[in-house]
Amino acid sequence: MNIENWSRLRPGRRWVIGVPFVWLLIFFVVPFLILLRISVTDMGNGVDPFAPVIQAIEGSLHISLKYQNYLSIFEQANDQGVMTVGETIYMLAYLTSVKFALWTTILCLFIGYPFAYFIARARKSIQPALLMLVMLPFWTSFLLRVYAWKGILADQGVLNNFLIWLGVIQEPIQMLYTDVSMLIGMTYVYCPFMILPLYAILVKMDFRLLEAAHDLGASPWNAFWLITVPLSKAGIIAGSMLVFIPCLGEFVIPSLLGGAENIMLGRVVWDEMFSSNNWPRAAALAVVMILFILVPMAVYTHYSAERDTQREA
Amino acid sequence: MASLDPHKTGFLLTENLVKRFDDVVAVDDVSITIQKGEIFALLGSSGCGKSTLLRILAGFEKPTSGRVLLNGVDIASFHPYERPINMMFQSFALFPHLNVWENIAFGLKREGMPSPQIATRVDEMLNLVQLTAYAKRKPHQLSGGQQQRVALARSLAKKPQLLLLDEPLGALDKKLRQRTQFELVNIIESVGVTVVMVTHDQEEAMTMASRIAVMSHGRVLQVGTPKEIYECPINRFVADFIGNINLFDGQLSVDEQDRCEITTGQGIMHIAHGIGGAIGMPLTVAVRPEKIYIAKTRPDVSVNLFSGKVREIAYFGSYTSFVVETASGRTVVITEPNGSRLENIDITWEDQVFFWWDEADPVVLTQ
Repeated sequence: MNIENWSRLRPGRRWVIGVPFVWLLIFFVVPFLILLRISVTDMGNGVDPFAPVIQAIEGSLHISLKYQNYLSIFEQANDQGVMTVGETIYMLAYLTSVKFALWTTILCLFIGYPFAYFIARARKSIQPALLMLVMLPFWTSFLLRVYAWKGILADQGVLNNFLIWLGVIQEPIQMLYTDVSMLIGMTYVYCPFMILPLYAILVKMDFRLLEAAHDLGASPWNAFWLITVPLSKAGIIAGSMLVFIPCLGEFVIPSLLGGAENIMLGRVVWDEMFSSNNWPRAAALAVVMILFILVPMAVYTHYSAERDTQREA
Repeated sequence: MASLDPHKTGFLLTENLVKRFDDVVAVDDVSITIQKGEIFALLGSSGCGKSTLLRILAGFEKPTSGRVLLNGVDIASFHPYERPINMMFQSFALFPHLNVWENIAFGLKREGMPSPQIATRVDEMLNLVQLTAYAKRKPHQLSGGQQQRVALARSLAKKPQLLLLDEPLGALDKKLRQRTQFELVNIIESVGVTVVMVTHDQEEAMTMASRIAVMSHGRVLQVGTPKEIYECPINRFVADFIGNINLFDGQLSVDEQDRCEITTGQGIMHIAHGIGGAIGMPLTVAVRPEKIYIAKTRPDVSVNLFSGKVREIAYFGSYTSFVVETASGRTVVITEPNGSRLENIDITWEDQVFFWWDEADPVVLTQ
């Protein structure tokens, strides 16, 4: 919304829209500014991270913004000791995070879509019960549920014991502390966030449109791709965002279920913050990740809004 | 194309069609024959099974038993997307994410038509329904009448052998409906497609259809032209369902070759044909309101003349309707056309009036 629209609103409406704005300002914009502020301080010399950036010393104004915190994310010293852009551990952590968040999103979509579809097409009387089943896990602590997966996937865990009992395998398979266990955990935890927006879209869909498509010669598979999927696009995008974004910064699941080789960003930020005690670099890492998420989102929102206005015209 | 079954005639046949949902019989032993090029209407109130019958023809429901033959081929086992049949849905069911052009092209693309031919065909259809200027619009940017025309164009684009119309005008308001009725019939006739339509609106059925099947409780009660259904209903239900009618129960008292008399609560009613039934058998005399004359002075007739008091008068513009109560307390509905603008009907409330009808005008119903 631009300023022009804002000034045209009646006072009552300004209040209604203003409250969430203030909320975002206090709980997102202000912390983000603090983060930004810390990310440019020089803490190497034992300086307080909240020390003023602008100082007047002996009649001259000193503005000190240490952008080295950002450079060190992308640059490392090569054999000759010259700084060049390369695969730093931070870059690797970003790529790993994006990779696992992407895989989790894809898995959630493939598991969640049929789930949402069948809830939406189930009899109206049993839909609340089915939705309840999707939301039921939230009644148990998140940590407890992730720990439960440790019990299932461990070498002497439920799954290995069961497979040995069946005779499928002789020796336990290493499942815990691998990429697979991490993906299982993240998919399990984030699947409801995919199912719920998809359900909300699919339940509103007019299923007579599918009959119309069949009538015009579309096989069930064709009708699904040509009618159901395009009409649930908004749900797919919303669900994917709700899964992808928190997965990108996920810390608990990778540290409990993940292996040692693929370090995700959440872990790196934690290490910088509490092990290396390097707050500015931790802050810089977080700022870069927020930009990673916000820029594509802003571009997408801008173009979809533009398309909508064209459609209305 | 010759029918594969030489003993059957007709383009579309249903044979002893039955559809059961759990313990409800939605379609009960329906056998109808529809000729090529006909506009055939299934008429009945909601829940009479007409929509289920249409959905069986479209392939959305499988019949419990019985056969559906299209051009001699049993299509009961065909999926909806395998049938040379297209349907115009009551809600139109236009694809909201596709524009008018893409909606019409949808079916053509599914049968793998080359794109230059699709373009020609879609343009042809747009021209037919006069929506060429709206090709790039999305369905929600169109009025109800325009959406209906897109739905029609979409269902005709594949040149179906059979077109199904589900309450074709049900989603339109009354004024638009009357105009669209004729438009729709003109388009259908110019294409020359065989049509089965479903409607609960008798006026819609009568103006559009060449033949009508009146349905009730899953059964077809009578099949005939609109005139046959209206003037010669075969039973009380059909007589009562189509238009208004006065029904008088009585017994057969005189039965000759060319005339009979039926004794009712209102007196003896004379009919200009014989029944060929047993004296004393229960019969119903049915007379349409517009077939009854009404006057304040005693007319010069000797039979089928009754009298009563005017209880209600309703002015409908093209005609006026009177409700007359006889001495026995029975009410009779009579309508008079308002043929002239300056005509002043001198009958008013509580007037004692005479009413009578011609011996040839009533219909005698046995059930």
